[in-house]
Amino acid sequence: MGYVAVKGGTLAIEESIKRLKYERLKKGIVLDCPKIEGGMRCLIDQIMSESSLYSETLAAIAIKQAEGSPEEAVFLLRAYRSTLPRKHYSRTSQSETMLVERRISSSFKDIPGGQILGATYDYTHRLIDFNLNEETDADAVRWIDESTNEIRIDNHQTDLVNLPKVLDYLREEGLIPACDDNDCEPDDVTKDSIQFPASRSQRLQILTSGQTGAVTSLGYAALRSFGALHPTLGELRIGNLPIYVDNPFNEENQDEDAYFIGEIKVTEVETLFPAAAQKANGQKEIEFGLGYGICYGQNETKAIAMSILDRCLETGNAEYPTHNEEFVLLHIDSVESTGFISHLKLPHYVTFQSELDSVRKSRKDSKTNEESNP
Amino acid sequence: MKYNFAFFDEGSKREIRRTILKAIAIPGYQVPFASREMPIARGWGTGGLQLTLSLVGKEDILKVIDQGSDESVNAVNIKKLITTTTGITITDETSEATIIQSRHRIPEIPLQEGQILVLQVPLPEPLRYYEPSEYETKKLHAEQEYSGAWLMLFEQIMNFGNMSTGADHPVLVHDRYVMAPSPIPRFDNPKLNNSQALILLGAGREKKVYAVPPYTKVVSLSFEDYPFEVESFQAKSCRFCGAQGIYLDEIQDEVAGTTVYQCNDTSYCLQRLNEKL
Repeated sequence: MGYVAVKGGTLAIEESIKRLKYERLKKGIVLDCPKIEGGMRCLIDQIMSESSLYSETLAAIAIKQAEGSPEEAVFLLRAYRSTLPRKHYSRTSQSETMLVERRISSSFKDIPGGQILGATYDYTHRLIDFNLNEETDADAVRWIDESTNEIRIDNHQTDLVNLPKVLDYLREEGLIPACDDNDCEPDDVTKDSIQFPASRSQRLQILTSGQTGAVTSLGYAALRSFGALHPTLGELRIGNLPIYVDNPFNEENQDEDAYFIGEIKVTEVETLFPAAAQKANGQKEIEFGLGYGICYGQNETKAIAMSILDRCLETGNAEYPTHNEEFVLLHIDSVESTGFISHLKLPHYVTFQSELDSVRKSRKDSKTNEESNP
Repeated sequence: MKYNFAFFDEGSKREIRRTILKAIAIPGYQVPFASREMPIARGWGTGGLQLTLSLVGKEDILKVIDQGSDESVNAVNIKKLITTTTGITITDETSEATIIQSRHRIPEIPLQEGQILVLQVPLPEPLRYYEPSEYETKKLHAEQEYSGAWLMLFEQIMNFGNMSTGADHPVLVHDRYVMAPSPIPRFDNPKLNNSQALILLGAGREKKVYAVPPYTKVVSLSFEDYPFEVESFQAKSCRFCGAQGIYLDEIQDEVAGTTVYQCNDTSYCLQRLNEKL
């Protein structure tokens, strides 16, 4: 009860905040935000994805302010997002127009356009590189110069902006059902809170802004045993997507009238799930169902896990919690889960007093009962 | 870098005020809203804070309390955010305030017409205890199917000889909706009935707003033979101001090894000590 004395809370809080600042500065060294942007690409991507706010610069400041705590950094960006007027929706982006940096498929050895490994930790040995302890900016510049000279100019013909989707190939073969465009206006969970049963657009929005660890864990649970499925990765692609907004004063809104407002880097995943489908004649056939994941930045594990959960929620098998949309969607948001768990640190003495009163009353009653019925 | 008056952009504030109007129109009904993320944590009063920020004008005088205390860590924190982004006047005195944001208490001094009490709500759904699904509880409310709530209280009587709710004892609002009064102690439940002030309840994390408009009938759920009872502080009084018949904090006196009591509502206690009451 020490921290709710009748008076003096204000002063104690000020001192606590001062102490926090001291912890950040006590070694006499501060991080340059450009250095965070330069060297913490993955953390920035993770934080932009969990906060649903695309800005590397703001993410870098948030990381600095939060001393590298992802939950705090996400919190800062989300709160900042609440102050921004929402003026436009972008036009629908097609991921075929992505400028691809990395694109792999585990379903086929070779895919039209080829496997493009790009940058990934997948093939590295996770051995600590002790040399990094000594690495300087000058080393970095030297390495960049050397490696740019080294780049071999292959006559590669691949058009990186128009790579076909792997799944299109399966659709042509008739192995996955063709899907029509769904041109319904998506729901916006930042304007109307999610209602159940949720629309797919609501689900995807919640999943993509979910906490990386939470989405991964639930996806893993579904994969391991609580979801009864094992997908194959149809395609994972990473690259920059151009974003356009319509001219608000022009009702026609032809393609060429839209404004290009920039690019966002995303990870997009399409997974395939074998599923039995009942045919009209009563016979069963195996068809492939789809799972879809997309995240800001390079967040491969999360995007794959998202595609698994998307499939789970589409299936909705009551046996598994990972198929229950309230279970999944209401518990994976970083700001919500960390906030409510940390609220337990707030004083609860009024409520506890009330509980005590009930406990004492029930004790007293059971005692009188025992005495009257020995 | 400057934030807008009361933090939000004006569009967001308008959106929240519309939700409030709907909540007032349907007393006790939980109106969903697109709860914004706030600079304080979810579960720390963001629902109440959003209501306050959407309502506050330059002339308003604000009081914020947490568990009865004006100086509790979280109350201080919320006040700091609101004053930083609005510059409005803050008070400790209940009667002076136009908006009172509170966590888990209704002040001892009776609220007046024209005042707004904003309660912070962690779990807005009174039926969540026995029905985990939001989809299902929405249906139960729509059909006014509240047997589960009664059964919950009945089972408590069977198990413990009494209704054993602590704070957050469910109430029936305007003979229609069963409502979670937020974790105010049972002691404060009667203050909801026929309140002169407008009472707004905001749950940020759960994205719900609901209201008890002035002069609305609010009844705590109970049975004829097991009436609703508030916490008992029989024959106990505040060690500072001597007040009785109010909600008391129980404090262990480490030196003497005894239990002492003091007013939970600290501003009420101070006002009595300063003989303003």
